[in-house]
Amino acid sequence: MTDAYNFAYLDEQTKRMIRRAILKAVAIPGYQVPFAAREMPMPYGWGTGGVQVTAAVLGRDDVLKVIDQGSDDTTNAVSIRSFFVKTTGVATTDKTVDATVIQTRHRIPETPLTAGQILVYQVPIPEPLRFLEPRETETRRMHALEDYGLMHVKLYEDISKHGHIATTYAYPVKVNGRYVTDPSPTPKFDNPKMNNSPALQLFGAGREKRIYAIPPFTEVVSLDFEDHPFAVQTWDNDCALCGATDTFLDEIITDDRGSRMYVCSDSDYCQDRQAEGHQGDQSSSGSGAAA
Amino acid sequence: MNVSSSDTPLLKAVGVSKSFGGVLGCRNVDLDLFPGEVLGIVGESGSGKSTLLRCLSGEHEVEGGHVHYALRTGETADVHGMGPAQRRMLMRTDWAFVHQNPRDGLRMGVSAGGNVGERLMAIGDRHYGNIRNTAIDWLEKVEMSASRIDHMPETFSGGMQQRLQIARNLVTRPRLAFMDEPTGGLDVSVQARLLDLLRGLVADLGLACIIVTHDLAVARHLSHRLMVMRAGEVVEAGLTDQILDDPQHPYSQLLVSSILRA
Repeated sequence: MTDAYNFAYLDEQTKRMIRRAILKAVAIPGYQVPFAAREMPMPYGWGTGGVQVTAAVLGRDDVLKVIDQGSDDTTNAVSIRSFFVKTTGVATTDKTVDATVIQTRHRIPETPLTAGQILVYQVPIPEPLRFLEPRETETRRMHALEDYGLMHVKLYEDISKHGHIATTYAYPVKVNGRYVTDPSPTPKFDNPKMNNSPALQLFGAGREKRIYAIPPFTEVVSLDFEDHPFAVQTWDNDCALCGATDTFLDEIITDDRGSRMYVCSDSDYCQDRQAEGHQGDQSSSGSGAAA
Repeated sequence: MNVSSSDTPLLKAVGVSKSFGGVLGCRNVDLDLFPGEVLGIVGESGSGKSTLLRCLSGEHEVEGGHVHYALRTGETADVHGMGPAQRRMLMRTDWAFVHQNPRDGLRMGVSAGGNVGERLMAIGDRHYGNIRNTAIDWLEKVEMSASRIDHMPETFSGGMQQRLQIARNLVTRPRLAFMDEPTGGLDVSVQARLLDLLRGLVADLGLACIIVTHDLAVARHLSHRLMVMRAGEVVEAGLTDQILDDPQHPYSQLLVSSILRA
């Protein structure tokens, strides 16, 4: 860490303000708490909300993992990790099991989280009702009165148009039987992992200036219809590198003649499995196939 | 048309007054509405009809007087004293509000079926098949083809939009409907069909209605009783035929005499 920055970049009063918002968010699971988001040295949409939440909860002994679309080595993950290395000097890791704080964009790690871990989500639009009702005054009133019929209208429209619920990411959930919440643009594949998770889940939206939270062991239910129950995505393929059958797969185009491979989007999980000796169709016998 | 013989009014307003700054909305209006009864409120533009309707439905706060509504449970609730949650619940179950412009009452970005089903989903219906069947049922009740269930309201004519709005409101079988110029903006033949439809639905459902209109023909067709408003005050009230055939107040006489006779 360089002394040019206060620990974790933000000044202490700002961190105090954010921690107060986080405490309130934890006390009212799923409720969007307004907070005075600061300008961060990165553009909106790059995780300014998540970075502020991480900065407020990070301590000197924490071990930080940052992922973007499940991967530790994509642009957003690399830049945010180096930001915190520079401003805090905390240890970083790629291993989900070793991390105490995980900042994520768009995925929940495949490895089950444990008690004591904190998962910080970067959220672009925290309001699940936003595209149905553009007025903030009205959506706040709808939350206050638990007036959530409109959310099901959206799912109804999906079924009437596509024959099934076609929402695949930012799939609305009801937290603790009360607030309808946007799980940030994670694929709906990850929704079941949010339910009764032992880890604390914090959501930060910098541009929209909202923080919300799902405390450990809180019920999170994906909205659905009785005759069209919630279901996660499935693939016809297994992971081409580690052979996993139960993970979220990315499709990778490998040449310009239509060849493609499907690999785990969670790079740490995939590499762990390969290290344990699991193999897919296209894995080379040596190590480092995913690099 | 059978008016229920019940003694207790469904909606009772006493001394309702409302002004906007110094501008008078309505003053000292009393009314009783009994179950199954259709009350017409007529008067020229700016006479306070719509303001009164919004005061009665709790959308506007009142400055004087009160409005009581008899709940299904048998209790009586003060419309302006109840919390916003209860009022919203009434608005999507026991009440209907039909706007003059269907765009104000419909969700234009949602298909016809979604529009009709919204109230059902809002009160907890979670079975897609049932919601859809109910929506089809109601589209047919308002003389729309079931094949248009997935079409957007924008693709409908004005008359169809208005009928869709009515279906959307009546799907929960409310007991009281507020209608603000339901036939305004429609051409005469479409108006006539809509009036027939409304009259049938009102009779079938035993729905009590308060209909605001400046069109005396609409009032004559639908309402059992009439109130004539002018400058925010009720100048005459009574049975529809009585008022239209034998108006007593000079303003009512003027209003009735200004109808063109074919």
